[in-house]
Amino acid sequence: MSRIATTFARLGAENRAALITFVEAFDPDRATSAALLNGMAARGADIIEIGMPFTDPMADGPTIQQAGRRALRAGATVAGTLALIREFRSANQTVPLVLMGYLNPILAYGIDDFAADAAEAGVDGVIVVDMPTEESDLLLPALRTHAIDLIRLVAPTTSDQRLPIVLKESSGFVYYVSITGITGTRTASAEDLARDIPRIRRATALPIAVGFGVRTPEQAAIVARHADGAVIASALIDHMAKGLDHDGHASPALIDAVLDDVAALAAAMRAAR
Amino acid sequence: MNKPLPNSLRSLPDARGRFGDFGGRFVAETLMPLILELEAAYEQAKQDPTFQDEFNYYLTHYVGRPSPLWFAERLTRHLGGAKIYFKRDELNHTGAHKINNCIGQILLARRMGKTRIIAETGAGQHGVATATVAALFGLPCVIYMGATDVERQQPNVFRMKLLGAEIVPVTAGAATLKDAMNEAMRDWVANVRDTFYIIGTAAGPHPYPAMVRDFQSVIGTEARAQMLAAEGRLPDTAIAAIGGGSNAIGLFHAFLDDEVALIGVEAAGRGLESGEHAAALARGRPGVLHGNRTYLLQDADGQITEAHSISAGLDYPGIGPEHAHLHDIGRVSYVAVTDDEALEAFQLCCRTEGIIPALEPSHALAHVAKMAPGLPAEHIILMNLCGRGDKDIFTVAKHLGAKL
Repeated sequence: MSRIATTFARLGAENRAALITFVEAFDPDRATSAALLNGMAARGADIIEIGMPFTDPMADGPTIQQAGRRALRAGATVAGTLALIREFRSANQTVPLVLMGYLNPILAYGIDDFAADAAEAGVDGVIVVDMPTEESDLLLPALRTHAIDLIRLVAPTTSDQRLPIVLKESSGFVYYVSITGITGTRTASAEDLARDIPRIRRATALPIAVGFGVRTPEQAAIVARHADGAVIASALIDHMAKGLDHDGHASPALIDAVLDDVAALAAAMRAAR
Repeated sequence: MNKPLPNSLRSLPDARGRFGDFGGRFVAETLMPLILELEAAYEQAKQDPTFQDEFNYYLTHYVGRPSPLWFAERLTRHLGGAKIYFKRDELNHTGAHKINNCIGQILLARRMGKTRIIAETGAGQHGVATATVAALFGLPCVIYMGATDVERQQPNVFRMKLLGAEIVPVTAGAATLKDAMNEAMRDWVANVRDTFYIIGTAAGPHPYPAMVRDFQSVIGTEARAQMLAAEGRLPDTAIAAIGGGSNAIGLFHAFLDDEVALIGVEAAGRGLESGEHAAALARGRPGVLHGNRTYLLQDADGQITEAHSISAGLDYPGIGPEHAHLHDIGRVSYVAVTDDEALEAFQLCCRTEGIIPALEPSHALAHVAKMAPGLPAEHIILMNLCGRGDKDIFTVAKHLGAKL
């Protein structure tokens, strides 16, 4: 069983939802993102998403756009991101890692090389924001060869007729974009989730994680009562971005403060059900 | 429009929105249902004679079509070779070809019941055209424009404001057309239900490249008939400038199956070797951006690099997917012209023809000026004069060292 499936099976047995945290690789520098990765795993993240920086992140709001810009200035590349993951994986064999990014850097790296190197580095799943189901035959065979899950986005605009098409070749989990909008802007309400999650549940046996607009422990707890996981990204990046020193670096105290947020999110989600 | 044969170059894209290896629908799932809805609505509108009649009505009575075909006699004599004709789309209402597409798309938006219009703009020509049709139909309109472009295209910014549009300056990246397009797509993702995104060039996710081409193909359809009337035959060469490529594909499409040499002119900026240019075909590699697979200016890691051109309308690191395909199969030749060459052609056109051209078609004209002297007098060149230069006089003045 894959690390992602193992993790959700264990969480199901513990009757709790997955805390999925996000780190933009190399934001604001390599060392900080490495410290965040390791620290998040230690402080209660069940799955970690790693953002692969791209110059033109069309589905992302200002927070992740700026994170991407800082990361690119710090020298982020696909190869560098995979090296960061390899380093984490040498010390941690259990926490699943999901790469999230846009298609062009993957195409530039080479699809087969990317899948092979990502698997070797210890990547468990991939989310490609600008590759909808209709175009995913580009990447799917290579990911399958290397047993990497292709995690699909489902949106409020995804109709009941369309859900089976989107979910047909999905694996790992379903990433429900709970708002129509860009990352880190609005927040879905409990009523929205109570309406939307069962709709997706009827179309898939995969775990459902909710992202885009989940910011606080309270919101994460609400998500935990409706879904199988909550993705928190922009809130953590905002906390760090606001505390960067004038050279754009994160102090150890700042990294600890962000990790305290992770611990608070983990505690709220454990107490939610 | 005459119907293309099944094996015709004019029958693309395929059902997946592909022109050979290019095109497609590379958007987030949030937009995917909307893209499919748009495609279905457009397919239906295309078959509906009342939609075509409505489109033609506005082109005739509002835009002022057909635009004339002009024999540029003094320029022809000055260059001393091939016979040069201009397709005068700079005479359209709003001063460029962009309005053709905007009329088509806003009619489709109305048909789909959308109540809010957004668009991106580079030079501001597409923004002005969009603001114009939004005013005409009484719909609220938001235009995304790179902050750099807002700065260098002040007259168009003011025009859009007069027309009632809200201008949102975009500061991300180099703050030009690419960044404006990112921001417009973000707006669309956040407002999918009521908003129609009028993309200005023959790029973006399917069905935009095909739809924009169809609306712009009126240029070539008219020019083909006008040329037959004027000369009793087709031109030997048709030539147009390329940023995203909407005026060029608009001109070329009617000639794709004819024995007419087609030339697209990219912006070489400060020179192809300078690294500061917008020549996606000459110096780019295939990749995915803004919803389609096409040639892109990018670094080794797949990060998109900034384009440069004196012409804000050509300042884009990609190119429409149909051009990428026509380039790969060799049906269209693509060349590049520098800022300086375009500036020289700009002045040449003013003085020989009494026409102040936009900097975009000045690129096409610069190539005409290079090739015409070496060609026989019976060789006919048809060039798309796709925009007028009023918007560019400040830029040109600055480069010529004149103070306004």
